[in-house]
Amino acid sequence: MVGDKGFKKFLVICIFLLPNFIGFIFFIGVPILASFGLSFTEWDLISNPSWIGIEHYKALLGDEEFRSAMFHTFYFIAGYLPLVMSGALGIALVLNKKIRGRVFFRAAYFVPVITSWVAVSLIWKWLFNPTYGLINYGLSLIGVSGPAWLHDPTWAMPAIILTSVWKDLGFVMVIYLAGLQGISPTYYEAADIDGASAWQKFRNITLPLLNSTTFFVLIISLINSFQVFDQVMIMTEGGPAGSTTVLVQQIYKHAFDYYEMGYASAISWVLFFIIFGVTLVQMKLQKRWVDYGN
Amino acid sequence: MKKWMGMVALLVMVMMVAAGCSSETSQGDDGKVELDYFTFSPGEAHEKDLKKMIEEFEKQNPNITINYEMAAFEDYFTKLQTRLAGGDAPDTFELNYENFVNYASKGALMDLDNLIQEDSDFSSDQLNQEAFKAFQYNGKQYGMVESFSNVVLFYNKDLFDEAGVDYPTADWTWEDELAAAQKITNKEEGVYGTYAPIQFWEFYKTIAQNGGSVFNEDMTKATVNSEANIEALQWMVDKVNKYNVTPSEEELSGQSNGDLFKAGKIAMLRTGIWMFDGFKDTDFEWDIALEPGKTQKAHHFFANGLAVSKDTEHAEAAWKWVKFMSASEEAAQIRIDNAWELPAVSNEELVQDYLEQTPPESRQVVFDALDSLVVPPVIEEWNKLTDAFSKELDLVKLGDKTPEEALNDLQPKVQDLIDK
Repeated sequence: MVGDKGFKKFLVICIFLLPNFIGFIFFIGVPILASFGLSFTEWDLISNPSWIGIEHYKALLGDEEFRSAMFHTFYFIAGYLPLVMSGALGIALVLNKKIRGRVFFRAAYFVPVITSWVAVSLIWKWLFNPTYGLINYGLSLIGVSGPAWLHDPTWAMPAIILTSVWKDLGFVMVIYLAGLQGISPTYYEAADIDGASAWQKFRNITLPLLNSTTFFVLIISLINSFQVFDQVMIMTEGGPAGSTTVLVQQIYKHAFDYYEMGYASAISWVLFFIIFGVTLVQMKLQKRWVDYGN
Repeated sequence: MKKWMGMVALLVMVMMVAAGCSSETSQGDDGKVELDYFTFSPGEAHEKDLKKMIEEFEKQNPNITINYEMAAFEDYFTKLQTRLAGGDAPDTFELNYENFVNYASKGALMDLDNLIQEDSDFSSDQLNQEAFKAFQYNGKQYGMVESFSNVVLFYNKDLFDEAGVDYPTADWTWEDELAAAQKITNKEEGVYGTYAPIQFWEFYKTIAQNGGSVFNEDMTKATVNSEANIEALQWMVDKVNKYNVTPSEEELSGQSNGDLFKAGKIAMLRTGIWMFDGFKDTDFEWDIALEPGKTQKAHHFFANGLAVSKDTEHAEAAWKWVKFMSASEEAAQIRIDNAWELPAVSNEELVQDYLEQTPPESRQVVFDALDSLVVPPVIEEWNKLTDAFSKELDLVKLGDKTPEEALNDLQPKVQDLIDK
């Protein structure tokens, strides 16, 4: 039993939590529950929702567009994750050293993170312009005639991956930097005395001690990349010929272009369970390789 | 236990606060009516003209006040749909022809037939008949046309003169167009003979110029992969890949065809009459003509109209407003004076004002094109239809599919969309 005093304290805490809690209930909690219910209905926003059971989920199995959106999303992740993680780690390693202008470089790599996706997407769209773009101009200087990038189904997704890596590199880098600074210099000193090479130090000290950081980055980046949307919407709208359609864009399409709220909700929940499943697996696996030290 | 009860109490409180905020009604006393009007077509450029129309209407109907709200076209239909879903439908709102069918079929619109019959001041011959009938669904009038626009052939006279080619005339066919385009095209200077985009809207019109269509007459069968359609799509692609008289996507690299025409790089451009204003200050002479066809003429026709929500409490006032925007001379005059699309009124004096403005010199073509208009092949699943076509036409444009393959692949998909 909680005493009178305890209850008062509880009330005070509640009052402070209330504003955030109300926002959560109405703008996140209720819509989430509603979308689950709606995923079993047919609803065009105008007429009343009608119950159809798991028909939407069945239909998803045979939906070609959904399958290709799923494939493109995994394609995106397969390109994006390794690049952003290894790139960010590399930069963090360099910028962790006492080099000249490292504060400037750290800031420079972080600027894209705080830039809006709309601005970034538009600028990269120009950079990727096949005739006037800076990228193909650069390629032409070394004798390569660049592809049509966003106009070419083969190259549109790589272009979007590159843009996303560029934008998110700074964020991951900052987390790695924090991780690196948490490693005590005494390990390196001891290794130096033992005559370890730079690679041996990286392989046997830095990487293992960064495990928990890597795990965090992996989870966050994976969840984010399943939800890739803004850059696709602005740079290609899923084109050319549907070669860059992704899951969240399918949700948007069904909800706000086709007015199929039920179907859109069903895709959202499938996406949720995929992310949930993948994260769960990682949580289980972390015991095998992640070491939080003391 | 107590903790749990605390949470419940909190939730109840939250609910009560929320309930207190909703449900307020605004009813005018003394017979005054406030009417909502939701619209996309004015944009920034014509908001002042809309205000003028409202002012004029309120002068004629002192007991009605119009509260207008604007949204950009990209957001408009999402917002409208959301308001309808929330039970907060505007009394009157704008619909373009493509979306009209969707809303009418879902029963969101008020049937205007009774109001029209009771109104002795209104007769449908005040309006262009084709445009008026466009807003009927299952034989009932669910909307009133307010304006229309169409697409014609714009041509750069200077480029024609330089190449020594005669200007396009009304009896030109695709062959004449091609012959002229081949003479004018000059790749070294980046000048192209003719341009039409490869996308769905251009497709359904171009096939009509060859006697084809997307659906059969009563919209029960898809006729996507007919001979005529394949031939027409082949022609669209050939202009780019075979004859090189039209710039490819790569050659355009993000420039709009309108900009290219303005820069004097395209001799013939199929585009909308809404470009008249944009092309006003070019440093070359240009004019318009009917589009060349293959077996017959066909021209795009786009219309906007006003509809009344079936839930409005002010049906009569709403009808007055809708009628004013659609058929009144005052609204039409404001439109013409400000080059804000074309009013669909049949009044010839008003039309005369429009014809006298230049450029282009041959403005009469805008009305001549109405004799061979083709409306968008609208079905309830319109957005899915356009998406399906966009994807396949992209593949054709890229050369990954032949026109025949693409249309064969589309045929069953489109049939599915109307069978639903």
